[in-house]
This record gives sequence, C-alpha cells and structure tokens, in this order.
Amino acid sequence: MTALIIVEHEGGQLKASTLNAVTAAQKLGGPVHLLVAGHEVAALAQSAAKIAGIEKVRVADAPQYAHPLAEDLAALVVALAPDYSHILAPATTFGKNVLPRAAALLDVAQISDIVAVESPDTFVRPIYAGNALATVQSSDRIKVITVRTTGFEAAKSEGGSAAIEPAAALDAGGTSRFVSHELTKSARPELTSARIIVSGGRGMGNGENFKLLEALADKLNAAVGASRAAVDSGFVPNDYQVGQTGKVVAPELYIAVGISGAIQHLAGMKDSKVIVAINKDAEAPIFQIADYGLVADLFQAVPELTSKLG
Amino acid sequence: MKILVPIKRVVDFNVKVRVKSDGTGVETANVKMSMNPFDEIAVEEAVRLKEAGAATEIVAVSIGPTQAQETLRTALAIGADRAILVETTAETQPLGVAKALRKLAEKEVPGLIILGKQAIDDDSNQTGQMLAALLNWPQATFASKVKIIGQEAEVTREIDGGLETIAVKLPAIVTTDLRLNEPRYVTLPNIMKAKKKTLEVVKPEDLGVDLTPRLKTLKVQEPAKRKAGAQVKSVDELVAKLKNEARVIQ
Repeated sequence: MTALIIVEHEGGQLKASTLNAVTAAQKLGGPVHLLVAGHEVAALAQSAAKIAGIEKVRVADAPQYAHPLAEDLAALVVALAPDYSHILAPATTFGKNVLPRAAALLDVAQISDIVAVESPDTFVRPIYAGNALATVQSSDRIKVITVRTTGFEAAKSEGGSAAIEPAAALDAGGTSRFVSHELTKSARPELTSARIIVSGGRGMGNGENFKLLEALADKLNAAVGASRAAVDSGFVPNDYQVGQTGKVVAPELYIAVGISGAIQHLAGMKDSKVIVAINKDAEAPIFQIADYGLVADLFQAVPELTSKLG
Repeated sequence: MKILVPIKRVVDFNVKVRVKSDGTGVETANVKMSMNPFDEIAVEEAVRLKEAGAATEIVAVSIGPTQAQETLRTALAIGADRAILVETTAETQPLGVAKALRKLAEKEVPGLIILGKQAIDDDSNQTGQMLAALLNWPQATFASKVKIIGQEAEVTREIDGGLETIAVKLPAIVTTDLRLNEPRYVTLPNIMKAKKKTLEVVKPEDLGVDLTPRLKTLKVQEPAKRKAGAQVKSVDELVAKLKNEARVIQ
C-alpha cells in the first residue's frame, strides 16, 4: 500500500500545499512517494526529496511538463498508477484541474477536498459549502484524493532523504497548449499560507478603497483577501476570493472588513483561529462567528486600527 | 458548431441546509431548488457564443429526477434550443454522470461542451474534467474568458496565483468560473417560448450506462459550531484584546 502525491510547484519552487498533502498521505499508514513533473526540475526534485517522511521521488522531466496541462499530467499519473493504492494532490486549482481527469481515465471515483482520514478507504469531506461533513467510503481499487490544505498540518520540508528515480515522459497528443499567464505579483504573503489575512467585502464600496486594507495588511505582514461579493463587484481580482468557490483559508487571525458573512464566504474562512469582524451593520451574520466584533464605520475604524498597530 | 451544456438541479444557494437528524444526508424535502449557479453561467456563455455567431445550436442536458425538467426549462428560457433529461431518482456521482454525458456527446457530436466548474451541493468539482478524460478531449477548467479562434478555443483560466491562458483544440470541454459572465434575467416572453421547445426524456438504461455510485456515504454530520465572541466598543479595545487575550499580534 503506497501513496503517490502529485507535487505542485511554480517558478522552480515547491508550493506549500504539497506539504499538507504529505501529512494527509502519511495518515494512510504506508510509504509515500512524490511525483515531480516539470521541465528542468532537477533542483526541485532535490528539495522534494528533503521533505520529511518521503520514501521516493519520481521525476518526469520533459518540455511538455513546463506548464501544468491536465492532459499531459493526467496521462503521466495514469501510467504510474499501477504501483499505487492512493493518488493524492492538494485541492488547489492545480489538483482540482488534473486529478479528476486521471481518476476518470482509471475508471475510479475521486474523493474531493478531504479534511480527515478515517481509514485507508474512508475519508471526511465537507459538502454544501461546509455546512455538512460527509464520511465517505471508497470501494475503488485506487483511491484518488484531493486534500483540503487547511485540514492537515504542513509536513516538515527538511530532514528527509528520499531516493530520486526518473519517470518516463509521455506524449499525450498535444491537444492543449499554454499561451500565457498573468500572475498576481505581490510582496505580501500568499493567502493560503498567510498567518494573518485582512479581507474586504461589498462594504468596501470600490477597488480603490482596498488600499485601506493593504495598508493594514502591510502593518501586520498579512495577505489581502475578499468576499465573492467584492470580486463580483469588480473591486479585486478573483484570486483574492475566499469562500466556497474560491480559496479556503485558516490563518491565525482573519480580519473581515465590510463583509456581511454569507454562507459561501464563511465556508472559506470559518476554521480561522481568531476572527475579527468590522462592519457598520450590527445585524450582519459575520458577527455570529466572530471572536471580536466591532460595529463601526470601516472607513474610520480601519485607518485607526492601522495607526494603532506597531 | 453545436454546444452541449450539462446542468444540475441543486438546493438554492440562499438556502441554509440542515443535516438530517438520522445522519443520512441533508434535508432536501420542501427546500427551494434552482439551477446550479455555475451551470447558469455555462448556459449564458453558450447563448452568447451563439449570439456572436460562433455556435449554431445549444442543447441543455441534465441527469436527475423528473423535477429537473423545470431546471432545463430555465436553460431553454435563457436561450438553449432544446433539452434532454436523463431521468433517474438514484443518487448520482460525478463519474457516473460523466459516463452518461459521454454517451450523449457521442450521439449529439457537439464542438464544445460547457459545464459549471462545481455543483454547490456536493462541491466535487470533477464532472467536466472526467468527461474530458472519457471523450479524450482537451479541457479548459475555471474559465473567465472564452474565445473561439478557428479550430481552437482560447481560454483564460482562474488559477490560484492569477490567470492562465491556454488554447485547446476543438472539440473541447470548458468549465466556468464566476467571472466568465453575468447570466441574464429570464423574461416572461422567453419563459413562454421555452415551454414550446423540445424536451426529450431518456433513461440511463437507454444510454447503456451504469450510474452506480462508487462512494458510499457512511454518515453526514454537522460541523462543529463556532460560537459568537464578544463585541468590542472601540479600536483601542480591539487592539488590546488581540494583543493580550488572543495573543495573535505583538
């Protein structure tokens, strides 16, 4: 019984999400292997081999893996699948794109977004925007799983010494190609790994006003997030979105500003350790889950908070 | 080019679902049902492509109970040309649904299939990718922009770090993200027109597909509730609490 994790990486760096998937895989009880697929990824494979508790790193190094196209990666996963009882990836846009395709090619179900491992065939996953937790059992010969990163601690990125073994690259037919990307450049921490998040909702009024949150975030070394309403209104790009259909986060401190607290938003942040809500509407549902609620005009409270910190 | 748009009838996004006391699932009796919001975006995108001259016919399909006919009528009112319901009262899971959709795709031969990226009931985010695999078509998931250029679709995708643009050869699968479009309001004349459009009902047996679930739900529970904390009166009090009580800031 061996598990294989598809490593998520970008710009030559391992993404932290992989480390959470490692912890989930270790709960299955068997050895854990990693698959690094990319182009010119020898150094990356070396750092993957240092992750604590990994037995083997399999490396597919070829030009077709320079960008994570689902067609190529799924074909590669399927070719390696006979060696494994479990195949996992983080439930990020990367894992969500690639893994269901591999599952269907293997004629097995996928268990999406697990938050707990009950046994090697039984897992807990949120449904209905996290308003219910389902315990599901798979009867498939290979369990294909995406891991909700907030459900598992990150494994240690140092201390391991896994064997590195090449994996043969495949030609998946070339029906898709990478054209370009436009990655959000920010000096602030990433939303999914930030210790503190400052998030804005419809109450921010416009995109310009997000500068107030950015100033606060910079004081706290925090990431900036947003509710779906703020994204919908065009205030900020979609990659800011926290919620059922955006990112799921669980920072030490989540400061919700001008966010009413729709079910869809709570689904993405309610596991945060401490939640602060600032909203002028005392009836806003966000106050029902906030540890500290401040009923105030955000345009006064946020600058005041920024000035009184640090 | 024909576009196939699979849609799902789900508990309305405004409903706060309740877990059944016997732990077998969530209460769906007497609960408002609607078209999955991402599927509405898929129908809208198909209609826009047709209006722009990139598509000639839109076929909406669903797999579910008799009542899913109402959801298909909504798709027809938005602008789909005809509809097919694969009628079943059994539990459906993404792999089975993808297999049924493959059969329909093989029969209808569309150039493009647009699906919602995820259904807001089981939150699986799988069906489009699985269908692409079964048809051996390329996929462009989480789309925020779709352009048809010759024999390709150029799709901008919402990814965790920003945006990615890929080109996929047609026929292809596209799954929709939130910002792809804003679905139009359905007007009364269009609702009346939709009633006259063809809605075909078939059974899973007619398609020769096995919809048997692969995952068995052992139990469904409510998550641990978060308790409301304290109201603070001022920014000063908030800062003091965060420093001295919660100890999350220095």
